[in-house]
Amino acid sequence: MRNDIVVLAVAFGYLALLFVVAAWGDRRAEVGRSAIGSPTVYALSIAVYCTAWTFYGSVGRASAQGPHFLLIYLGPTLAMLAAPFVIRKMVRIAARQRITSIADFISARYGKSAGLGAVVALMALISSTPYIALQLKAITVSHAVLMNYPASADLAVEEAHFWIDKSFWVALVLAVFIILFGTRHLDASERHEGMVAAIALESLVKLVAFLAVGIFVVFVMFQGPLDLLGRVANTPELSRVLGLEQVPGGATGWVGVLILAVLAFLTLPRQFQVLVVENVDETHIDRASWVFPLYLLLINLFVVPIALAGLLLGSEGADPDSFVLTLPLSAGAEALPLLVFIGGLSAATGMMIVETIALSTMVSNQLIMPLLLRFDRLHLSGSGRLAAWLLGIRRVAIVAILLLGYVYHALIGDAYTLVTIGLVSFVGAAQFAPALLIGLYWRVATRAGALWGLVAGFFLWGYTLLLPGFAQSGWIDIALIEQGPWGLGWLNPYALFGLDGWDIYTHGLLWSLLANVGLYVGISLFTRPTALEQTQAALFTEALHPNLPSASLWQGQTTQGELGELLRRYLGEAAIRRVFADAGDGHAGDSREASHRLITRAEQALAGSLGNASARVLINSVVRGEALDMASILSILDTTSQALEYNRRLEQKSAELERASAALRRANARLRELDRLKDEFIAMVSHELRTPLTSIRAFAEILNDEDAMDADKRRHFLGVIVHESQRLSRLIEEILDLARLESGRLTLNPERLDLALLARRSVDAVTQLHREQGIALTTELDSGPAMVTGDADRLEQVIINLLDNAGKFADREAPRVLIRLAPHKDRYRLSVEDNGPGIGPEERERVFDKFHQLERGGDALGRPRGSGLGLAISRGIIAHLGGRLWADESRHLGGACLTLELPGSADEAPAEAPASH
Amino acid sequence: MTTPLRHRARHSERLTALIVTAAVLFCPPLLLVIDRLPSATGIWLLLYLFIAWAVVIGLAAWLQESRRASGKGRR
Repeated sequence: MRNDIVVLAVAFGYLALLFVVAAWGDRRAEVGRSAIGSPTVYALSIAVYCTAWTFYGSVGRASAQGPHFLLIYLGPTLAMLAAPFVIRKMVRIAARQRITSIADFISARYGKSAGLGAVVALMALISSTPYIALQLKAITVSHAVLMNYPASADLAVEEAHFWIDKSFWVALVLAVFIILFGTRHLDASERHEGMVAAIALESLVKLVAFLAVGIFVVFVMFQGPLDLLGRVANTPELSRVLGLEQVPGGATGWVGVLILAVLAFLTLPRQFQVLVVENVDETHIDRASWVFPLYLLLINLFVVPIALAGLLLGSEGADPDSFVLTLPLSAGAEALPLLVFIGGLSAATGMMIVETIALSTMVSNQLIMPLLLRFDRLHLSGSGRLAAWLLGIRRVAIVAILLLGYVYHALIGDAYTLVTIGLVSFVGAAQFAPALLIGLYWRVATRAGALWGLVAGFFLWGYTLLLPGFAQSGWIDIALIEQGPWGLGWLNPYALFGLDGWDIYTHGLLWSLLANVGLYVGISLFTRPTALEQTQAALFTEALHPNLPSASLWQGQTTQGELGELLRRYLGEAAIRRVFADAGDGHAGDSREASHRLITRAEQALAGSLGNASARVLINSVVRGEALDMASILSILDTTSQALEYNRRLEQKSAELERASAALRRANARLRELDRLKDEFIAMVSHELRTPLTSIRAFAEILNDEDAMDADKRRHFLGVIVHESQRLSRLIEEILDLARLESGRLTLNPERLDLALLARRSVDAVTQLHREQGIALTTELDSGPAMVTGDADRLEQVIINLLDNAGKFADREAPRVLIRLAPHKDRYRLSVEDNGPGIGPEERERVFDKFHQLERGGDALGRPRGSGLGLAISRGIIAHLGGRLWADESRHLGGACLTLELPGSADEAPAEAPASH
Repeated sequence: MTTPLRHRARHSERLTALIVTAAVLFCPPLLLVIDRLPSATGIWLLLYLFIAWAVVIGLAAWLQESRRASGKGRR
C-alpha cells in the first residue's frame, strides 16, 4: 500500500472530503441552520491547537524531556477552566464590535488605532511563520518516512531542490485549497462556519489516528501497558527518562513553560480565531471548558507508551519525532501507517488553514486596507468593488503567507527540532497577552502603553529566541550565542545580563514579558487617552455589565443616501439591504436623516469586513458633527456603576436592618416574658401575704366577738396571731431583700472572716430547732480556718436558710442533715446535704426561682411551707460576694445537696468589697 | 431575585477555587514530592499528572453540567 499513487490519492481524497464538509457547513449556515451550533463542535474546533507538533512532536519530546511535553496541554487546561470568565468576555466584545482577528481586537480596544492593528498583524505574521514552516516540515518528513522506510528519511528530504521539494508543492496545494475554502464568501464576512465544521472533523480524525496507533503499540506490539512497563523496568537507562530532572530548566522551566502555554493558548492568532471570532453561541463556552481539556487528555494518553516503546525497540536509530509512524511500519502494519499519515496531515493542515485565514484577514484588514484607504480611493469607487478587492488581497496574502512558511522551512527548518520552532512561536504570540488580557480589565491602559510594550517585548523575543535560531542555522556567526555579540558576554541572547541556567523559553519569556508589561503599565500611567480610547476602554472592561448600551453611540448627522452610497461602494447592494433591515429603517429616501442606530449598524457592517480602524475612517468621512457620543456612554457606565454601588450598599443596610429587627423581636419576647413573670410575682406575693393576714383577721375577730372564752383558748388564739404576724413580717423582710438584691441596692459589709466559724455559729442557731424536730445534724467543719471575704450577717442568713431547708426536706422518719466545709483549689465549698427525696436534674436550677415552692403546688408531706424566696435571696447574696450557689445530688446522704462556693481571701490582700453594689 | 444571582456568584467562586486547585496540582512543590517516590520505571510522576488532570476535568464537568441542569430547571 505504500506507493506514491495510493498515498497521494488518499491524501487528496481526504482534502476533498474536507472541502465537501466545508461546503456543506457553509450551505447550512446560509439557510440559517448552523452545522456548528453545538458546544462539542466548538470544543473540537478549538482542538486545532493540536498541530503536527502534537501529533509527531509530543512523542519526540517525551523521549528527550520526560513529562515536559504535558505542559503544552496543562496550560490550555487551566486557560479553558477560566474560559467562562475570560473568553466569554472576549466573545461578547467581539460579537458587539464585529471583531475579525486578534489584531482587530487589540486595535479596537485602544481607540480603534490603525497603527496598533498594523503592528500586531505584522508581529503575528512574523511569529507564526516558523510555526507554519513546522507544519510543512512535518508533512514532508512524515511523507518521506512513509515512502522510504526502512531507509532513512533524511537523505530523501535533503537532496531535494525546491521544484522537486514536496513541501513546496504541499504549500501550493494548500494555498489553493485554503483560497477555495476560506475566501468563498463574496461578502467577505468574518465567520467561516464551513471551515469550522471541517476543522472539527479534522480534530476527530487526528484523535482517532493517534489513539489507533497507541492501542496498536500497547496491545499488539506489547501485551498491554504492564508488559511495556515491565520491559522498561528491565532497561536501566530508561528508568529516569520520565523524571523531573529531564525537564529543561528544572522547576523554573516547568512553571515558565506552563505560564507560556496558558498565555499562548489565548493569544495564538488561530486560537483567537476559533475561540472568539468563530464562536456562534456564548453558552458553548461552558461545556467546551471541560470537553476540550478532555480531548487534550485523550490525545496525550498514549504519548508516553509510544515513546517508551520506540526507545525500547530502538527503531533502527529513527528520529523520535517519527516514532508514531516508524513503530507500526516496523511491525509490518499496512493500513495503520496510512491512517497515521492522514492523522498527521489533518493536524498540520487544520493548523495551516485556520492560521492562514486568520493571518490573511489581518494582513488585508490591518495592513493593506488602511494603506489603500489613506493613499487613494480611486480604485475602490465602483459599486461593491471592495468585496472583490478584499478577496483578492486575501488570496494573495494566503499564497504569500504559505510561501513565507515554505521559505523559512527551506532555509532554517532543519536546524531546529519541531519543539523549538513551536515554543519560539509561542513566546512570540505571548507578547500579545498584556495588551489583550490586562486591557480587558484595566481601563487606564492607553494606546501608547500597549504599542511600546508590544514593540519592546517583540524586540526582546527576536533577540533572545529568533536571532539565536538564525545563528544555529548558520545564517549569522554562531559566536553570537557562544560568546555574545562583539564578545560581550552579558548580551548573550541565551543568558541576558548573565541570567543563565534557565531554559531558553523561560528565559526569553521572562525578559520579553518584563519589558512588555513594564512599558505597558508604565507608559499607560503617564499618558492621557483620547476620548475614543476612553470609550472603547470602557466598552471593553465593562463588556459583561448588564446595562451596557449596545447601539446608538453615534450622535453625528448624515443622510440615508450618503450612508447607503458608502455601503454600496464598499460592500454592495446586498449589504445595504441587510444593514437597513437590521436597523429597522426602511430605505425611505436619500435625503432623510439616518438614525443613530443605522449609523452604528453601518459601522459594524464595515468593521466586519474591513476591521474597526478602517470602518471608523470611512464612517467619519460621511458623518458630520460630533461623530461619536463618547460623553454619554461614559456617563451611562459611570451612573450605572454608581447605581450598582448604591444597590450593594442598600442590600448591606437591609441585611443590617434585618439583623437589628431580629434582635428587637428577641428583646420584645424577653420583655413580655419578664412582664408575665412580674404579674405572676405580684399575684404570688399577694397570695402569700393574704394567707397569714386572713388567719390573723379570723382569730382577731373571734377574740373580738366572743368575750366568754376561756383563757387557754384565748392564749392559743393569740399565739397563732403572733406566729402569723411574725411570718408576715419575715415574708415582707424577704421581699424587701429580694427587691434590694434585684435593683442592686443591697448593702453588704464585706470583711475578712472565717467561714468555718460562721458555719458553726449558724449550726448553733438551728440546733435547738432541729432537736425539736428530731433531726440528726452532722457537722464536718474542723478542717481549720477558711478565710473568705463576706458579710457575716448575710452569710449566716444564707447558711441558716440552707440548714432550715435541708431540715424541712429531709426524710420524715429518720431525718438527717450533713453540713461540711472543704477547700477546693483557691476557694471554699460549704455544702448542706439531706436524706430526703432529692431534687431531679431538671429541677435543680428552678429551685432558685422566686416562689418556686409555690409553683410546685400544695405540700404533699404537710410540712410548713416557706415563702419560696429563701434560695433566690441566698443565691443573690452569694453572687454579690463573688461566689456561686447551686443544687446537686447528695453524695453522702442520698438526698439533695446545696453547695455554696466562695473565693478564698489571701492573708495579705486587704479585704475589698466585691464588685457591683 | 437575589437567589439566581447568589447562585451564579457561588458558581463563580467554585470555579475559581477549581482553577487555583488545578494550578497547585500542576506545579512543582507537589510534583517534586511525587517525583521522589522510589520506582524502577519512574512512572509515578506521569501517573500522578494524568490522574490529577482527569480529576480536574471531572470536577469541571460536574460543576458546569450541574449548573446547566439547574439553570434549565429554573427556567
